[in-house]
Amino acid sequence: MAEYSALSLLKNALNGNQDWKPAWRKPDPKASYDVIVIGGGGHGLSTAYYLAKEHGITNVAVLEKGWLGSGNVGRNTTAVRSNYLLPQNTRFYEHSMKLWENLSHDLNYNVMFSQRGCLNLAHTPAQLDDYARRGNAMRHLGVDAELLSVDQIKRLVPALDVSGSARFPVLGGLMQPRAGTARHDAVAWGYARGADRRGVDIIENCEVTGFLRDGDRVIGVTTTRGDIRAKKVALAVAGSTGRVMQLAGISHMPIESYVLQAFVSESIKPIIDTVLTFGMGHFYISQSDKGGLVYGGDLDGYNSYAQRGSLPIVDEVMSEMLALFPGLARLRMLRSWGGVCDMTMDGSPIITTGPLPGMYLNCGWCYGGFKATPASGWCFAWTIAKDEPHEFNAPFTLDRFYRGLIIDDKGQGATPRLH
Amino acid sequence: MSPRRAETGGRIDRLRTIRFTFDGSPYTGHAGDTLASALLASGVTLFGRSFKYHRPRGLLAAGVEEPNALVTVLRGEVREPNIPATMVEIYDGLVAVSQNRSPSLAWDIGALNQLGGKLLSAGFYYKTFMGPVFGPLKGTRFWMFCEHFIRRAAGLGKASIAPDTARYERMNAFCDVLVVGSGPAGLMAAKAAADQGARVILAELEARFGGSANWSDETIDGAPAADWAGRIVGQLEGNDNVCLLPRTTVWGYYDGNTLAALERVTDHKEVPAKGEPRQRSWAIRAKTVVLATGSFERPLVFPGNDRPGVMLAHAAARYANQYGVLPGERIALFTNNDSAYRSALALKKAGAAVVAIVDVRSDVSNEMSRLASEAEAELLAGHAVVATEGGKALTGLKVQRFDMMSGALSGDERSIHADCLAMSGGWSPTIHLASQAGAKAEWDPAKQAFLPPQPTQRWIGAGAFTGSFSTAQAIAEGRAAGLQAAGGSASSAPLPVVEAAPGDPDPAPVFEIKAKGKSFVDFQHDVTAEDVRLAHREGFVSVEHLKRYTTLGMATDQGKNSNVPGLAIMAEALGKPIPEVGTTRFRPPYTAVSIGSLAAERFGDLKPERLTPMHDWHIANGATMYSAGLWYRPMIYGLPGETVEQAYVREAKATRESAGIVDVSTLGKIAVQGPDAAEFLDRVYTNMFSTLAVGKARYGLMLREDGLAFDDGTTWRLGEQEFLMTTTTANAGKVMQHLEYFLDVIWPELKVTVTSVTDEWAGAAIGGPKARAILAACVTGTAVDNAALPFMGIVHGRIAGVPVVICRLSFSGEMAFEVYSGAGYGTRVWEALVEAGRPLGLVTYGLEALGTMRIEKGHVTGAEIDGRTTARDLHLEWMLSKKKPFIGSAMMDREGLISPERLQLVGLVSLDNRPFNGGAHIVEELDEENPHDSIGHITACCYSPALGKYIALALVKDGKARHGTRAFVSDPLRKRFGPIEIVSNHFYDPDGSRMHG
Amino acid sequence: MLITCPYCGPRDVIEFTYQGDGNRERPQPASQDLDAWNAYVYDRLNPAGDHNEIWQHSGGCRAHLRVVRNTLTHEILSTAFARGGHKTESRS
Repeated sequence: MAEYSALSLLKNALNGNQDWKPAWRKPDPKASYDVIVIGGGGHGLSTAYYLAKEHGITNVAVLEKGWLGSGNVGRNTTAVRSNYLLPQNTRFYEHSMKLWENLSHDLNYNVMFSQRGCLNLAHTPAQLDDYARRGNAMRHLGVDAELLSVDQIKRLVPALDVSGSARFPVLGGLMQPRAGTARHDAVAWGYARGADRRGVDIIENCEVTGFLRDGDRVIGVTTTRGDIRAKKVALAVAGSTGRVMQLAGISHMPIESYVLQAFVSESIKPIIDTVLTFGMGHFYISQSDKGGLVYGGDLDGYNSYAQRGSLPIVDEVMSEMLALFPGLARLRMLRSWGGVCDMTMDGSPIITTGPLPGMYLNCGWCYGGFKATPASGWCFAWTIAKDEPHEFNAPFTLDRFYRGLIIDDKGQGATPRLH
Repeated sequence: MSPRRAETGGRIDRLRTIRFTFDGSPYTGHAGDTLASALLASGVTLFGRSFKYHRPRGLLAAGVEEPNALVTVLRGEVREPNIPATMVEIYDGLVAVSQNRSPSLAWDIGALNQLGGKLLSAGFYYKTFMGPVFGPLKGTRFWMFCEHFIRRAAGLGKASIAPDTARYERMNAFCDVLVVGSGPAGLMAAKAAADQGARVILAELEARFGGSANWSDETIDGAPAADWAGRIVGQLEGNDNVCLLPRTTVWGYYDGNTLAALERVTDHKEVPAKGEPRQRSWAIRAKTVVLATGSFERPLVFPGNDRPGVMLAHAAARYANQYGVLPGERIALFTNNDSAYRSALALKKAGAAVVAIVDVRSDVSNEMSRLASEAEAELLAGHAVVATEGGKALTGLKVQRFDMMSGALSGDERSIHADCLAMSGGWSPTIHLASQAGAKAEWDPAKQAFLPPQPTQRWIGAGAFTGSFSTAQAIAEGRAAGLQAAGGSASSAPLPVVEAAPGDPDPAPVFEIKAKGKSFVDFQHDVTAEDVRLAHREGFVSVEHLKRYTTLGMATDQGKNSNVPGLAIMAEALGKPIPEVGTTRFRPPYTAVSIGSLAAERFGDLKPERLTPMHDWHIANGATMYSAGLWYRPMIYGLPGETVEQAYVREAKATRESAGIVDVSTLGKIAVQGPDAAEFLDRVYTNMFSTLAVGKARYGLMLREDGLAFDDGTTWRLGEQEFLMTTTTANAGKVMQHLEYFLDVIWPELKVTVTSVTDEWAGAAIGGPKARAILAACVTGTAVDNAALPFMGIVHGRIAGVPVVICRLSFSGEMAFEVYSGAGYGTRVWEALVEAGRPLGLVTYGLEALGTMRIEKGHVTGAEIDGRTTARDLHLEWMLSKKKPFIGSAMMDREGLISPERLQLVGLVSLDNRPFNGGAHIVEELDEENPHDSIGHITACCYSPALGKYIALALVKDGKARHGTRAFVSDPLRKRFGPIEIVSNHFYDPDGSRMHG
Repeated sequence: MLITCPYCGPRDVIEFTYQGDGNRERPQPASQDLDAWNAYVYDRLNPAGDHNEIWQHSGGCRAHLRVVRNTLTHEILSTAFARGGHKTESRS
């Protein structure tokens, strides 16, 4: 019997729920591993899981400085989509989507992936053309996309103001039906449990304080719980990449760190059944299964590692929300928080070998890291195991900036806060 | 008289009766009542249903932390869900309804969930609903099927779809001292600071200033505490330097001592006064903040602690003292500390029978014993409540002997008949704002509470906020804080004298009574003590994991009631002290904030509208407007019965045959002036501008630093040191900032100023074979013939008496002129041009015709300069000067930017004579079922009247090499597929003979 | 967050536009050192702590300021005109 199932729930309920095992062990670190993954967030955990599952590498430690999943895997607005313009991104995120579609079964953990669609609203004819370009680009890569008329949109989201009198009337939208949302914490926990059951050591409260080196080569790490050696050391610490790379003596990266705020309203009965984005600003919204509206907007526009947001962005996000849903003015915002995003110079991530021998780097997720979690770990595990990238992550090199092989979905150039 | 209203007492106006409805039934209350107190006075015990099990729930609290009694307030069609009844001030005509129940609050089908019992334990949903691994329900389908029902069962109130018609306001305020909270500590702080002459803002989240003074039985300076508070408030009211903000919740502590507050201006009124907003959103920038936010009483965790009728002890006393309402006739108390004895006494004085005080401590002080007997209550020291009885109202409880050290119960259960159980599990300082300000709370083992840490921003604490729970301490700390905040020196003047019942502020470290039955920690979310222990067994032991796994603290009360008990239960399971489990960092908002108030004036008015000077003329003359960024521009000037395509084809055709005029006022315009202006432009543009003669214009291209194309436009040399740069409409702001950055940061040595003059100039472009004749007919003061005004020449003249600058340049490909005048005269000049053109067949044209003519010419716009293309991609390499460096020159030839794989600009001709769609893709091999291998996409398309064909501009891989070849348009989104020919982007008049004339 | 503009005085962050890392050194315009150009355009120090950065008072006098600001606490340590002069120390 699977560890988790309706039957096991029933059996345990009859037993007073006394027999459930910890979702992951709390081992002490060993002296050495084949692979150390730094960062017990979504990407680090999925990397460890796929190292074990796909490549049979189980002598792996995941080192987390705080509690597991304390970074952006638990601070995002949970949208999953692969609706990108550029083929490098679309292929990668579509691979992720396919992993998402079977993830609950794969992990035997309900990550509540709900394919309720993602709808980008267009407000000008030019924007509609832009979205058509993107939707067609997706379709030519075998990814689902549809253009929706105003009537279709009205039926899908009755609370949305689609009147012509709106400041930015809705002219149509680009829908990816297979997109959706997932339960963010469950993704971290599911991967953690999956990796743990395959023998991976997940070590919380273990902060990396430095790298052990043999010349240039990285041969392990020093931590608050002692030195740990490894044949390969992989970084998956988006949000802290700059800080950890500095420990390795690499002072500059094509990354700036910014805070992205997210908000949850009080819980209400279902009103928005898809993921929706506003085209004339930066706003996205969905509704969780508990009923809270989960939404966010633009980055706080300056470098920050503070995990705390600024007030002007709060006002901006709420204003954009009401431009779409003027009925929600009396609804109340219940919680807000901030996550630190690695913003790269072209808005696309980095999954690569190096830059030092023995080191592997996964970073630069901007604010799109959650949906990438499965493919990021899958590709990173491949890269670590085989010492070369998979074709899905081959474009996401560190040297692409210098070489002009930039993957700039938004066309904003080297101004990270605009991606 | 209402069944539960005491004969006398309370700070309500018994002479004013207010009528309202709850769930459709009429009720009355008095001025000063909340919905909670008025319903309680009417004998209502059932106020709501819990989230998961739909258990019947009554009032737990009397204030902002109420988790159970949530209601929806209706104003016509507009709904406000999830408001604690304790925070709704009643007014005549108030309509409130209960939530999360069907069909009614008393009979709720959702209560069947309780049968799920242990099956629905914390996190159960992670372990099931995954469905089969094969068959029609595999993948995500089974989960989504289940989720459909889960979603409908979840959620609290219903939100509004009808637009809110209320108005919201934003207020920015500055002060020396912001005092948050107006209990005795806050009042003293405000008074002391105000007396020093400081500018003071005092914010109180409730309607009445005074905080606990409104319901304590204490006296201050010989007067009832509430009267003393009223006197202080009266003194503050008379001060010009004091701003009193009742009903104002300070909910966010942001950087730079900026605090966010929500003032509920008219929610308590039947009809707002003229001009009053519903709510006001404050951003208060305070030199110093005094945090006098008080504390919350904690519930105890024991079986049946959620039964309607079980409430917090201070809340019971508050209903009695502030509202004159007895929460029960036979009231029992259950406590781990002394404060409940004061509540017992208050309830007794108000007229209730206090049947028992159950104290977990076997060792109760003599003073407390005395208070118990004063309340005529049986004191059951060393006892605990182990069960409660009743359905939708409490009927009784069971107690047993309890050993505090071991937590063990012993002896027989004894039943006590009671209709209200008032509990106290100790007090937690309200440290939310301090925590938001960036500091981590510190556990005090004696007080069994998290106390505020050292400040990380400029705040001073006072009163219960600091863990000083007595009124005398609050008064002393409040005055000291106020003086310090205002920069005054400590005072040795006597403090107001407080007479209060005695009591030790430290509670016993007992949070939970372990006995059979469900013991609730988070009431709204139905998180039980067993759920916390399950989280422990499964390894979710850090405070954040506990929260996330069980949803403890995630309800609308944000854990105000549940945080500390939840932590304590986890700590016990772990065998660790509470602080080692962790402390939650509080984040904004302190309490939920309406989204309307945050949008404030921008609700209904998100962004400004930019209108050109000729906007009204366009509207009056039949233009259909098109939204472009913030601007509105004419799309077409349609005739009756015309389609958009018919209109633009007519306009473009007429322009090429005679003449057309278009409003180009939206183009970005930047005055570039100074001795180094020409040098600066040489650095900014890829091509040379220093060689440009005065009185001439030149088309220029800018790159970004990374070598990709940025923007294009013409720049006019008006004088040796004076240029007028034009940019695309969309990039006007960006280009301006780009120029300013380089002048201010990179090249401060250049003597150049740049000024945005977009809004100073109205622009009209007039083109076509008759354009020159039209100008000649209306321009005075200059000739406009070829000699005076050659291609790219500039002249100054007048039209209708208005000074104009005219430049001969062409976007349409015709002989054309841009005419600029002062914005205020734009319509006058426009009308004069239109008038002069009428005999010559001049048409007005909109963006569609403009786009059509530029596509025919193969000019690029933002659809092609999209931030990913290079000059070479767009065949603009002829503009890349080799004689000088310019922004982007060093980076533009990197390997990725010169690869043959890149998309290049081409023209397309439809071979099936059907229209194209913008955003369609191009393929070499057509596969309508499974489109694949896109080689590019259409950036712009139209019907070309000049060519008589449907044409498009496109970016296609290695496009130039494909000229003359065939391919297919592939547009699966709109199911438009068909053959095309790839051609040069210069469709029409490629050698420019028409515009050169 | 309040930023003290040397011209305009303390103003809310909403009036300013962030123009990024102030440590970057632009090569001489005619420089052909592609690595230096790449480093200038793409590489960032991105410290967790005090950060030297450029802000434009875009909703005010439009001057560019050189601001030293802590990226962990958001405390502003000093502001000055980017083109030089008028430095204001504001660490308390």
